[in-house]
Amino acid sequence: MTKDECKKVVLDIIADIAPDEDLSNVKPDVRLRDQLQLDSMDFLDIVMELRKQHGIEVPEKDYIQLASLDSCAEYLTPKFTALGK
Amino acid sequence: MWRGGSVVLLSAASCLAMTASFYMTPSRIVITGIGLTAPNGNSLAEFRQNLLNGVAGVERMEIRYMGTQLAGVCHFDPLKYQKKKEVRVGTRAGSISIYCAREALADSGVAWDSIPKDRVGIYIGCTEHGNVETENEIYNVSKFNYDTKFWSHYHNPRTVANNPAGEASLNLGVTGPAYTIGAACAAGNMGLIHAAQMLRLGEVDFAICGGVSESIHTFGIFAGFKSQNALATHEDPQKASRPFDLARNGIVISEGGALYTLERLEDAQARGAKIYGEIAGYHVNSDASDYVLPNPTRQAECVRAAIKRAGLEPHDIHIVNTHATATPLGDIQECEAIRSVFGEGCPDTYINNTKSFIGHAMGAAGALELAGNLPSFDDKVVHPTINVDNLDPQCALPNLVLNQPKQVARVDTILNNSFGMLGINSTLIVRRFAA
Repeated sequence: MTKDECKKVVLDIIADIAPDEDLSNVKPDVRLRDQLQLDSMDFLDIVMELRKQHGIEVPEKDYIQLASLDSCAEYLTPKFTALGK
Repeated sequence: MWRGGSVVLLSAASCLAMTASFYMTPSRIVITGIGLTAPNGNSLAEFRQNLLNGVAGVERMEIRYMGTQLAGVCHFDPLKYQKKKEVRVGTRAGSISIYCAREALADSGVAWDSIPKDRVGIYIGCTEHGNVETENEIYNVSKFNYDTKFWSHYHNPRTVANNPAGEASLNLGVTGPAYTIGAACAAGNMGLIHAAQMLRLGEVDFAICGGVSESIHTFGIFAGFKSQNALATHEDPQKASRPFDLARNGIVISEGGALYTLERLEDAQARGAKIYGEIAGYHVNSDASDYVLPNPTRQAECVRAAIKRAGLEPHDIHIVNTHATATPLGDIQECEAIRSVFGEGCPDTYINNTKSFIGHAMGAAGALELAGNLPSFDDKVVHPTINVDNLDPQCALPNLVLNQPKQVARVDTILNNSFGMLGINSTLIVRRFAA
């Protein structure tokens, strides 16, 4: 999986948990919370959907890695790769 | 007591006199707005029209583990007042509450933005809450070998008993008390009764109250009634809910809600509000006799006490809206209670039933059924009990309005019965408003 593909996975999850948001112009280097209406429960949703849909665990100490699309890609792409995705 | 830095001492006699005055001359409480969703209507006008036209609202619905069942399903648009995310995160009962509350506020004409939100109370009756969400989560983790790390972090806010009222408070920005009242199927009346009490106590200045139910989304309610041999079946869904008919065979479970705005009369008049009616009397009691079987003696006591509190006699009641759910025994027992109170000496008292149209909306039942009858103050028409092809002789009551609406000479008072499991009974009387 490429980093761009990883970002697409995260955006697809966000589209489900924040269906009112316009995701057409999300800036990858800006914190998601600074450009979308996302709260702490929504980030738990992202963690849950990564677990449910992709078998990826994100321990609490690493939640900060999900701050932006870029940091998500940096953190998650190796995990997807390790799972053979 | 302290007043402006000086000590004012009141004698015990003065205190007693003040207390007696407070309780003996309670504020008059009036209904100023109604918002509802029923299986056959998403506004009072639509609901009422269907009650007069004999249009029921029961349909087939797939219930998890049980296949096709009959249910009263509401078709309001939750997105009228909620964002998609709020609907996803919240509960069906929360969406029903928000829809009904917003509709009631709009109907009331109140200048909502100028009302101090800490002086608003939200009091919502529920039969149960949390079954739907718990069943959904168990079903969800069953797909993951019951590993609880897949259990939703939304489970607790969705299942706390105050959820339906809490979601409404979030949506409306109400910072006053917002909670539910658990009273089985007597709960719809209880929401109104509790709101009237809180307004009279001065706890709030404006109340949003009534009852809601999301019960059709839990298989457990269906399975429980089926195991109790109390779940209705019929080849025609519209004929499945048939209180008082010889062929009745149980309850049609429904969802829905009806919330009212209640105000003290002087407040309503000061803003020139439309007044639907005045809370005239009420009573709540308990059977203390069985988990599920009703007790006609206690029901009759409840009805009599409500009439007495209203300062009325049985012959002063013009519409009795029954609780009857179409169970073989329950209908007979309520009829026994009504017969013992109203007997033969009440020629102007007419009796009907709303569940024959919409099934049993559980915690919303009392509130919805009252709403369906309130327009009778204006049109003097009593909506009928439909689906009575062969009246059970044990349910034969004088002036039972069967199958067709009845134009009557006057409707000044409506008495609404709602009874629930564990033997809780509630009776609410609303009178035509007269200054």
